[in-house]
Amino acid sequence: MSYALEVKQLTKTYRNGKQALQGVDLSVPEGSFFALLGPNGAGKSSLINILADTVKPTSGHVTFLGHDLFRERRWCKQHLGVVPQEIAFDPFFNPRDILKIMSGMFGFKPDLKWIDELLERLELSEHAHKNARQLSGGMRRRLLVAQALVHKPKVVILDEPTAGVDVELRKRLWDFMRELNTNGTTILLTTHYLEEAEELCDHVAIIDQGKRLTSQSMKGLLDSVGSSALVLQYAKPMSQQALLTLAQFSPRIDGDKILLCLKKDHSGKNNFNAVYQTAIQVLGEAKSVRIQNEDLEDVFLRITNEKKT
Amino acid sequence: MNWYGCWTLYTRETRRFLNVNMQTIVAPALTAIMYLIVFRYAMGDREVPGMDVAYFDFLIPGLVMMAMLQNAFANTSSSIMVGKLMNVQIFLMMAPLSALEVTIAFLAAAVTRAVIVAIVLLLVLAPFTNVHIEHLWMILFYGIAGSIIMGGLGLIGGMWSKTFDDMALLNNFIIMPLTFLSGVFYSVKQLPEVWQTMNHFNPFFYLIDGFRHGFLNVGDTNPSQAIIVVSIATLSTIFACWYLWHTGWKLKE
Ligand SMILES: Nc1ncnc2c1ncn2[C@@H]1O[C@H](COP(=O)(O)OP(=O)(O)OP(=O)(O)O)[C@@H](O)[C@H]1O
Ligand SMILES: [Mg+2]
Repeated sequence: MSYALEVKQLTKTYRNGKQALQGVDLSVPEGSFFALLGPNGAGKSSLINILADTVKPTSGHVTFLGHDLFRERRWCKQHLGVVPQEIAFDPFFNPRDILKIMSGMFGFKPDLKWIDELLERLELSEHAHKNARQLSGGMRRRLLVAQALVHKPKVVILDEPTAGVDVELRKRLWDFMRELNTNGTTILLTTHYLEEAEELCDHVAIIDQGKRLTSQSMKGLLDSVGSSALVLQYAKPMSQQALLTLAQFSPRIDGDKILLCLKKDHSGKNNFNAVYQTAIQVLGEAKSVRIQNEDLEDVFLRITNEKKT
Repeated sequence: MNWYGCWTLYTRETRRFLNVNMQTIVAPALTAIMYLIVFRYAMGDREVPGMDVAYFDFLIPGLVMMAMLQNAFANTSSSIMVGKLMNVQIFLMMAPLSALEVTIAFLAAAVTRAVIVAIVLLLVLAPFTNVHIEHLWMILFYGIAGSIIMGGLGLIGGMWSKTFDDMALLNNFIIMPLTFLSGVFYSVKQLPEVWQTMNHFNPFFYLIDGFRHGFLNVGDTNPSQAIIVVSIATLSTIFACWYLWHTGWKLKE
């Protein structure tokens, strides 16, 4: 498989001593739609900003479409588009000029048809001639997306592109991203809307506290780790002691419910009976019992919590 | 070289001041005219001591040069500052532009603004004075070198400043004194010995004196020494800009 991005042992220590990345490895297959997930402060933006060349790496190595990112910056930059997490806009110009300038700075004579199409697809046509200062937060975010696409990059990285964008436009933005991906663009994004990541992305990596916890295909993650969970509801609160006894099933408390992880054996049957028997021995009869298939959100919470305990 | 990118950045930086030409071109012209009216009445036809030149004529090249220097400084420093505050510098860093291309574009835009301001001032002031061009090459050399130096200092100052207050500090305590004390309003021969010597370490003194020499055909400095000092100062400024941008000084974590 060829990779759009291969990050090896990337570290970043900020001047204040904060170790935002502690040796992260990441391989993003060419043509994939890749979700980079992690709680606030995990180091996602630090990683992306290093790729975008707005933050300097402390150590590590990155290969971008077969080129050494830190040595062949110019080539790499021409094929990479990045949407930063922080809103940024030049108050002197209108969106259309901003896009033309951005294209020019990448060394390309502005392709006006493409610029119009971008404005159209990102619902900015009406605002194309307003000063960027007059745009709403969501419009500014969409303008950032347009800026990242104006030079038709092969790889696009989006750092929370849908934060502050309303439901309707978010859907359309995703449709657009999917279309680009179908046409061969590799897309890496971060988001805190996990249902969206689950629906859109074919690969996923989870990082926390500057370390990579997992990286695989979305389906693989949901099948292998996610499987399903046994949900037991109780009237009275559960003791810490009980949780420790059940540790082998990676218990998670959600209000008056406790979720226990079910695993499949190679024949595809899960260990419901074993888990259920153990649980009621420890906790007593439950008020209600059901099986819940974990979605990405559950998997995410479990993986990031496991690491902490 | 990404020449098209460099050109785009240059046009971006020139449009910035052309769009607000009332502030950037008309205002400095007005300021210079007010200075001249005041001096005209205060000094009358008095001559500069030791020079066969009317004080009023003596002032004009100095004022034009001062306007050039200040505008070149303002163009880069304000752009970098606004870029910093609005977080738009990241786009420059993400674009495939080398430090050299960024430096060239910013300095060329600063020179463009300074030259436009100078031409406007000279056209406005021409009817009131006998000053005329004696040595065009001197006017161009010192005018452009001065604008590059000040544009470069503006770039560095903009990178250094965290807030507009820092910028004002830099302007009031370094830039203004250097330009004011370097002979815009007087001939250094009028100064005490110590000041005369001190001024020979001030590159702005050579710039203003050389620029004036191009108009009046009289000067306080040794021309070859002036050319050397100014060339070194210009090249060092360009190098400093390139180097600081290259290392991402104060811009990149
Ligand atoms: N400029 C900086 N100086 C010092 N520490 C920083 C800096 N930027 C980020 N950090 C720290 O580095 C860690 C990782 O931050 P980062 O922005 O990469 O997280 P993130 O995964 O993008 O989080 P979020 O989901 O909130 O955007 C955090 O602990 C943060 O406080
Ligand atoms: Mg972030």
